[in-house]
Amino acid sequence: MIDDYGASAFWKVSFKGDEVMATSVEKQSHWGENAKQFLKDYGWCYAFIALPFLLFLVFTVYPLFSAFIMSFQEYGILKSKFIGIDNYKYLLSNDIFWKAMKNTTIYTLGTVPVNILITFFLSLMIFPLNRRSQTFFKASFYLPAVTSGITMSLIWLWMFDPTQSGLMNIVLGWMGFDQQLFLASSKSALFSLMLMTYIGGHGSGVILYLAAMGGIPKSLYEAADIDAASWWSKLKNITWPLLKPTTLYMLITGVIGSFQVFEATYVMTQGGPNFATTTIAFLIYQHAFQYYQFGLAAAEAFILGFIIIVISILQFKYMASDVEY
Amino acid sequence: MELKTATDSQFQAKLDEQKDLQRKFLKRIVLIIVYVLLALWAVFTFVPLLWMLSSSFKDSSAITSVPPELFPKNPTLDAYKRIFKVGGLGRWFLNSTIIAAVSTVINVFFASLAGYAFSKLRFPGRNAIFWVLLASIMIPGQVTLIPLYILVVDTFQMENTYAGIIVPGMVSVGSIFLMRQFMTSLPSSLIDAGRIDACSEFGIFWKIILPISKPGLAVLGIFTFVAHWNNFFWPFLVTNTNSMRTLQVGLTSFRFENLQDYGAMMAGAVCSAVPMIIVFLALQKYFLQGITIGAVKG
Repeated sequence: MIDDYGASAFWKVSFKGDEVMATSVEKQSHWGENAKQFLKDYGWCYAFIALPFLLFLVFTVYPLFSAFIMSFQEYGILKSKFIGIDNYKYLLSNDIFWKAMKNTTIYTLGTVPVNILITFFLSLMIFPLNRRSQTFFKASFYLPAVTSGITMSLIWLWMFDPTQSGLMNIVLGWMGFDQQLFLASSKSALFSLMLMTYIGGHGSGVILYLAAMGGIPKSLYEAADIDAASWWSKLKNITWPLLKPTTLYMLITGVIGSFQVFEATYVMTQGGPNFATTTIAFLIYQHAFQYYQFGLAAAEAFILGFIIIVISILQFKYMASDVEY
Repeated sequence: MELKTATDSQFQAKLDEQKDLQRKFLKRIVLIIVYVLLALWAVFTFVPLLWMLSSSFKDSSAITSVPPELFPKNPTLDAYKRIFKVGGLGRWFLNSTIIAAVSTVINVFFASLAGYAFSKLRFPGRNAIFWVLLASIMIPGQVTLIPLYILVVDTFQMENTYAGIIVPGMVSVGSIFLMRQFMTSLPSSLIDAGRIDACSEFGIFWKIILPISKPGLAVLGIFTFVAHWNNFFWPFLVTNTNSMRTLQVGLTSFRFENLQDYGAMMAGAVCSAVPMIIVFLALQKYFLQGITIGAVKG
């Protein structure tokens, strides 16, 4: 029953101290058939994880199976009808679903890589500074992240106001540009939502990159200096490749997050104008809680989940294949 | 001949010195540019927050005045009065505080208990259970959302209750993972010492493990509090009366009920953001440490 890790760790501990006898006696009882003895040995352990495990069963496992069944049903409160894969068929032939797919993809491609690059260059600039400046900039860049998505969405809604009182239009006016509609036009709405992510919210990424940069052996750079390598060549051949695990982590969490983007759409545009900002997560919400088409929404959620898992695996395979130390 | 080499080497030395000076000068210039860029970017990221603050103190005419006032000429608290009276921010604030505080205490206690079991105790199925829990993080929230909603609202009848908001997120797997990571590095010898002193297993956890885990508990507690304070979607789904709304839900509903009252929205945004900013400034150290703990693979 004891798995490899558990067993090896068990022995490591027992050899370390002067209690070899005590642990070996305990070990014999591990194999006892007696249920009472088993409870006495492990009862505490299971009690310690009981609540999280129970919550997991009730609020994750059960809903997961229930949602899976629901996705093949036309759900009704009193009676649900099994309709096979009709929900999935309907979605795959539905224009709005594909529009939402397209919007979500554009949003992801337009935000995640850009923000990783911004984060990377910010970290690159912070890294050579002294400790105090480092902490100062880390804290300043992180600060906006403690405000909620709703707060930020409200602020940006106001900044993107299409009249001349909106801050963005004020700034455009200073620079001599025409007033813009931003969220109010189907041409610029999605881009406006993307723009919002470029400012602020790089703090945690910067902290991760700085921690990883601190872990790169100095000798590598010294060797490169002897060869008179340029700044760019050091960046390309040492820093960037060695930071790949961090980049991968940020890429995966970034893509997962942006595929589920909801709050900004809900607060700022309600998916409009003309479905220009309807994302998958927003469409799931609409189907489920505005039209009460639970079956359809469940099918949609499974498609989203499938996409997210496939992308994560692909990224991992592609990026991890050439990470070497 | 000899004279010539001497001047040559002198010349060379001078040239080197000049080059060195040039390089130092260049380095300094680069450093100054770096500082300026970073400072500019920092200011840039603060603009939305500053605009929020400035707008929240403007009266209804100043907020749409042309040319715009970057800073309010006659600062008033009118917008704050509106978000409190028309919206009901006092109650939302109370709800958010209660929910975030209770969620944090429960999360920290049970997640550290489980994290302790998963890192320091040995029992059949330990790693299998842990990896199953951890794998469940991959499931996007939308997938389980609808049955979860039906379960909480219909089956358990917990709509518009604190319990309905708190219970599903009472112990998050992420918190357990964080505590397991943290506790793995604690010395096992302390636990053995506790056993010899005939402490109960819970006694060991309570009297030995918890006190030495304080930094980890602080990190987890802070992040959990901020996350629950800022949480929107679930409280939004399970509440439909104004008195049960949290701050985030209340602000959102206010936005749709008073479409043009940006002043009051910004005042509400200030009330939501400023407490977290204060928490951040006071406990900065833990925030900056905590981010790296969570991301390390284990």
